[in-house]
Amino acid sequence: MFEKALVGSRRYWLWVSALLVLIAIGAIFYLRQLTYGLGVTGLSRDVTWGLYISQFTFFVGVAASAVMVVLPYYLHDYKQFGKITILGELLAVAAVTMCMLFIFVDMGQPARVMNVLLHPTPHSMMFWDMISLNGYLLLNGVIAFATLSSEKKGIATPHWVKPFIYLSIPWAVSIHTVTAFLYSGLASRPFWMTAVLAPRFLASAFASGPALLILLILVLRRTTGYDPGETALGKLKTIMTYAATISVFFVLMELFTAFYSGIPEHREHFEFLYVGLDGQNGLVPWMWISTILMVAALAMLYSQRAGKKILAASCVCIFISLWIEKGMGLIIGGLIPSALGIVTKYQPTMPEWGIVIGIWSIGTLMVTVFYKITVGVRSIS
Amino acid sequence: MRERILILGGVAIFLVLFTYPLWHAAAVSTRAKPPQLELPAEARECVAPIPYMRRAHMQLLIDWRENAVRHGLRRVHAANGKEYDASLTHTCLGCHSRSNFCDKCHSYSGVSAPSCWQCHNESKVIPGRMQ
Amino acid sequence: MTITRKQFLKFAAASLVGAAGAKLVSGAEVVKQAAASKNGKRWAMAVDFQKCRWDQGCNQCSAACNRAHNVPDIPDKAHEVKWIWKEKYQTVFRQQSEVVNPALTSHPLSLLCNHCSSPACTKVCPTGATWKQEDGVVMMDWHRCIGCRYCMAACPYGSRSFNFVDPRPYVANINPDFPTRTKGVVEKCNFCNERLAKGQIPACVEGCSERALTFGDQNDPASEIRRVLASRYAIQRQPELGTGPSVYYLI
Repeated sequence: MFEKALVGSRRYWLWVSALLVLIAIGAIFYLRQLTYGLGVTGLSRDVTWGLYISQFTFFVGVAASAVMVVLPYYLHDYKQFGKITILGELLAVAAVTMCMLFIFVDMGQPARVMNVLLHPTPHSMMFWDMISLNGYLLLNGVIAFATLSSEKKGIATPHWVKPFIYLSIPWAVSIHTVTAFLYSGLASRPFWMTAVLAPRFLASAFASGPALLILLILVLRRTTGYDPGETALGKLKTIMTYAATISVFFVLMELFTAFYSGIPEHREHFEFLYVGLDGQNGLVPWMWISTILMVAALAMLYSQRAGKKILAASCVCIFISLWIEKGMGLIIGGLIPSALGIVTKYQPTMPEWGIVIGIWSIGTLMVTVFYKITVGVRSIS
Repeated sequence: MRERILILGGVAIFLVLFTYPLWHAAAVSTRAKPPQLELPAEARECVAPIPYMRRAHMQLLIDWRENAVRHGLRRVHAANGKEYDASLTHTCLGCHSRSNFCDKCHSYSGVSAPSCWQCHNESKVIPGRMQ
Repeated sequence: MTITRKQFLKFAAASLVGAAGAKLVSGAEVVKQAAASKNGKRWAMAVDFQKCRWDQGCNQCSAACNRAHNVPDIPDKAHEVKWIWKEKYQTVFRQQSEVVNPALTSHPLSLLCNHCSSPACTKVCPTGATWKQEDGVVMMDWHRCIGCRYCMAACPYGSRSFNFVDPRPYVANINPDFPTRTKGVVEKCNFCNERLAKGQIPACVEGCSERALTFGDQNDPASEIRRVLASRYAIQRQPELGTGPSVYYLI
């Protein structure tokens, strides 16, 4: 069935070629990073994690959001999601792969990555993160492959896939919880050490993931005619709306705790992000754009208008807003100011962006190929 | 009929090119020279029997490293009954020279990993340090 | 004789478990040996920063450390590597600076790894490249470090540095008795573990001509550090976090 991805229109091949070029550019930048060291990035002794780790954190959420389409269909027999579950599972595979690539390019000695498995450290959340991400990749890969290949053969999905599907539901929640645990257990970083971090992560994941999925479905509908139906899209929109609302609620909770208690170590990170600190205000416009986009999206979603343009626009707003919040605000905001209260500027360099865009392109290429195969298999059956 | 000639001809050319290393070496009658190792000037005895070192010096280095770094066991009792300091720079390089001994085989066989010399020093040992 | 796939998988799983178990057992043996030799010590350091002359151009402690350990001098502050360095009192003890005696707070002080008794960094390391030795020293294994920098995120004191670039070009005179490090690994003060093994005191303590640094076994009631801690009031950095630092700042 993989041959379905090798047959396509001119537009399809132009798209694939463009992605391959971006991947090649990213690869060249990465070779430079391997030679010179992580000094090619904008990272510093104080801001030791940046774009790579923040992208990993964001896309773990997107990967986990597959549970939002798998759970209703398989546990509650919500048949309307019948044409969407496979798309969610395949998106999860691409997103988890991106996550692992982001971690890999962030490592100073990537050749030694197997040390995490050779010398297991159950006390470290990063060890469990590696286990859970790889497990999730395997689960969804097996489920998606088994489902599609049996569809292609025109037979029912075999029985043994069911336990994997049931396992993938709590596993999806666990990958993002473990990722939150990476941060929320660190006494050194008051911005992250909050019990609400894991729920926040899940809420924003269940908003940004379905937002992306809806956009991908709209694109699929436009380019291939594959249509999961208005009911399914409407339900996804509902899930996304409530998740985004809860996510905003959690942010407001965080703001209250930080500013009402007034503890400098808690307050300063929010100040740096939203109004600037010690003359550094590089992230301030971004955080406000994120806020405005989220408000606009919720306004659109809660209004009585239910047009298609509203749906696409609100999905774009939610996705970008949460990408800024998690992909720029969360990690960098946690490290600035430093443990000593010092504000260090962090500005990603061109090689850093090149590598990030390269990994995004790998994920996009995977989604393109997977969806091409899916549509190809389903248009026959 | 014509295709058969072309196919067989193509196969023949492929075989000639594929076996180039064999017949060319024989024809030119040169043999790759095995590396010439410079043995230590003074010391007559290695920390372990030479056949063992040839076979497993990698494992010995890892054992010494793990014990020294992770367990603080820096004095090792060697098979020959002597005590040595588990130090790459002082003990191993106390007898052997990196360029004339280690690199000779490692370059010849293209074994570059792990890279010891990015961190460990190659400067000559201070006389009298090794026991 | 033919073997079924089920039998093969069972055998493979059993072998894996057996091999892992054997590794665990052998690892435990060596550790027990090492533990016995540490004799219940707990190394600690007291910083009498009122004797410190950092603000008058002295840097004997960090110079001694950098010399002994080939710590690179990298001009780009973003990539700097420091094992022991100077900081203002107001920066270190931010919440205790306002009305404290200025004669006290005007002195700079030395910051280094606190070699905590319950370190946050060793808790989070995914490969065991950093761990707490029996005698209290928090060690680094630069062979195993994958450079993930999780330990740097976890350290509440900012004690750790990462090699963003190859450090060798930035080391003026390489000390042949200690390795340099390579790019991509994290490093920090190691309480001069290699000197302690030979019965010497840390380089910084030895290097300070004002005798501002006191070093010794905190568990030995007769040690000088215990005497100093009994005679002077001492504060620690962020003790409420429960890390149990081994570095004391004498008031």
